[in-house]
Amino acid sequence: MTPAAAAFGSQGLWFVSRGSGLALLAAFTVVVVLGVAVRLGSAPGRWPRFAVAELHRTLALFCVAFLVLHVVTAILDPFVTIGWAATVLPFASGYRTAAIGLGTLAVDLGAAVLVTSAARHRLGYRAWRAVHWLAYLAWPVAFAHSLTAGTDLRIWWVALTEWGCAAAVATAGTARLLYAVRRPGPAGAPAGGRGRGRRLTGTFR
Amino acid sequence: MTRGTASYQPAAGRPPAGLPGRLPRLLPGGLADGPASLAEHLARYGPPPALADGQALIAEVDRAGLSGRGGAGFPTARKLAVVAGRTAPVVVANGAEGEPASAKDKVLLARAPHLVLDGAVAAAGIVGARQAVVVAHRSVRGIVAAAAAERDRAQLDRVRIKVVAAADRFVGGEASAVVHWIERGVPTPTARPPRLAERGLAGAPTLVQNVETLAHLALIVRYGAQWFRSLGTPTEPGTMLVTVLGAVREPSVLEIALGTPAGQVLALAGGPSAPLQALLVGGYGGSWVRAAEAVSRPFSAAGLAGLGAGVGAGLVAALPRDACGLRETARVVRYLAGESARQCGPCWFGLAAVAGEVDRLAEGRTGDLRLLRRWLGQADGRGACRHPDGVVRLVRSALTVFRPELNGHAHGWCSGTGTVLPVPRTRPGGTGGH
Amino acid sequence: MATRPTRAGAARLRVDPIACDGRGLCAETLPELITLDDWGFPVISGDAVPGDQLDDARETVRACPRLALRLELG
Repeated sequence: MTPAAAAFGSQGLWFVSRGSGLALLAAFTVVVVLGVAVRLGSAPGRWPRFAVAELHRTLALFCVAFLVLHVVTAILDPFVTIGWAATVLPFASGYRTAAIGLGTLAVDLGAAVLVTSAARHRLGYRAWRAVHWLAYLAWPVAFAHSLTAGTDLRIWWVALTEWGCAAAVATAGTARLLYAVRRPGPAGAPAGGRGRGRRLTGTFR
Repeated sequence: MTRGTASYQPAAGRPPAGLPGRLPRLLPGGLADGPASLAEHLARYGPPPALADGQALIAEVDRAGLSGRGGAGFPTARKLAVVAGRTAPVVVANGAEGEPASAKDKVLLARAPHLVLDGAVAAAGIVGARQAVVVAHRSVRGIVAAAAAERDRAQLDRVRIKVVAAADRFVGGEASAVVHWIERGVPTPTARPPRLAERGLAGAPTLVQNVETLAHLALIVRYGAQWFRSLGTPTEPGTMLVTVLGAVREPSVLEIALGTPAGQVLALAGGPSAPLQALLVGGYGGSWVRAAEAVSRPFSAAGLAGLGAGVGAGLVAALPRDACGLRETARVVRYLAGESARQCGPCWFGLAAVAGEVDRLAEGRTGDLRLLRRWLGQADGRGACRHPDGVVRLVRSALTVFRPELNGHAHGWCSGTGTVLPVPRTRPGGTGGH
Repeated sequence: MATRPTRAGAARLRVDPIACDGRGLCAETLPELITLDDWGFPVISGDAVPGDQLDDARETVRACPRLALRLELG
């Protein structure tokens, strides 16, 4: 047991791990909802699209911070033996293999999305987009991890957050699905304006 | 432009009797009763020359002043030069002819397929390609394939020739759309850069030439630049194929020397069948011109430029006085809007809006010219290909030439009846076909 | 793909009209050079990008969700 761990206490590490995990889920949820909002062109009020897109991107980077905290504190926690390999290799943990494994899987998927997004301009649109779809897989996997590995669902506000996040993603996902179904076309129909222009009054002359 | 130091010596011997300074060059004389066989072709034109020095040939083509006959009129020698320097290029002979009213490429392929194939092989030899793909309208694909097989049996060429049926789309004739069609079966233009000359079919440097251009090339490598220039004008030498239709007695595909007065072109098609008000020149993406002004003008880029028109793909459609130019334009624009590949917003939505507004003007309902002009300005030049540009050109010329009609329609009367221009019916789903 | 012009005024914004979806982010970040047509698609000034707007232009190119914008030299 390292001095830091001893000083912090196993309880402390575990607390931070759980807390950062919940924060991560919430942040990830907002990222997904914003991602759909960017695509659909919708935004609360009159937010410019650029702002929504940047928020989506910035919050995703925040998720990385939460993730690092969540994973490192869990690994360092002397009470459970997860092992560093389990950060990237799913189902390599000795402790609660399946539950942790789901988390690792979510990290792998999320990392793929993040790395390809950072290298978007070099990869080209098609490659980037193909990998970005994995985000819709990463979230449910992360959610399943939170349900199976999480220990705090008895607490009412934790449960509220969990199911609130689920509802938010379900709504956003449905909206995205309906959009794709209603507007088929080459690479999806443009999200651009539908207007036919404002008719100027008067006849020709 | 590189100029070869060696002067080019046409090797094929004398052109057929009557050819120098005389028409026809491309189309076999006599009645159209089928394609010229390989034997007939060789008897008429002589054997194809051995192509030794690509650079010297390019210089010869440059001296000949051959330009593309697909509508854009780009200097052929320059195109050849750009592709010639590159590794493992490919030649595409574009006979897709997406224009529903134009028939020249079909007729050329149907009657003189070997001339086109000679040209494709010559182009391949010049640029160093081992493969040529000929894209032909499906109605003549069989003829071209048979001709290619004939050559294969005779082991005539060192170039592998593949014949492909074209798609049934207006924009399918665009150069990158043809390549896209061959590669993926999707007849829509692709984004460039990179240019086709750099990366085209299967990633190879690709030379795309209209089949008529290749036919002229086949004759230039046989008889030389001077022969080619013996017809036509100094700045626009040679001959071209034109499709004449509408109010003429004998709608047909003709071969004319560039610079022939437009009135004479009409006369070659039997002359007007009724008093004319206007001509649609170039193609459905071309321009209307007033008949009275046009008939004395030379049929050439220089001759038509003053009327805001160009030779385009060689279409001349004659509009009689008892037809309504606005209604014809509306029908064509509606068709062209439906033929948008729907890849670019300004074309997809802009042309649809333009078509709607032109419809209103044609039907005498309240139309908004200011809005129409606004949308024309927004569609022009903002697509990945020239499709929206053509529609804009057509409508702008219609608004000029048919101004009296516009005024008439505003007061609720129209002087026209019937329809003149062949416009395919729109298939459900908004795509036209022919 | 963004390019780095070495001289101010030597760069032009270009849009790939096929990739462009009319999302409109570019017109938000670079309104001096990009406006939207009646259907939400960008009308891009063909003039060279002024030196003081080069950073904004690069940012706009990066932010396009369809990677449809390019900054071209010359």
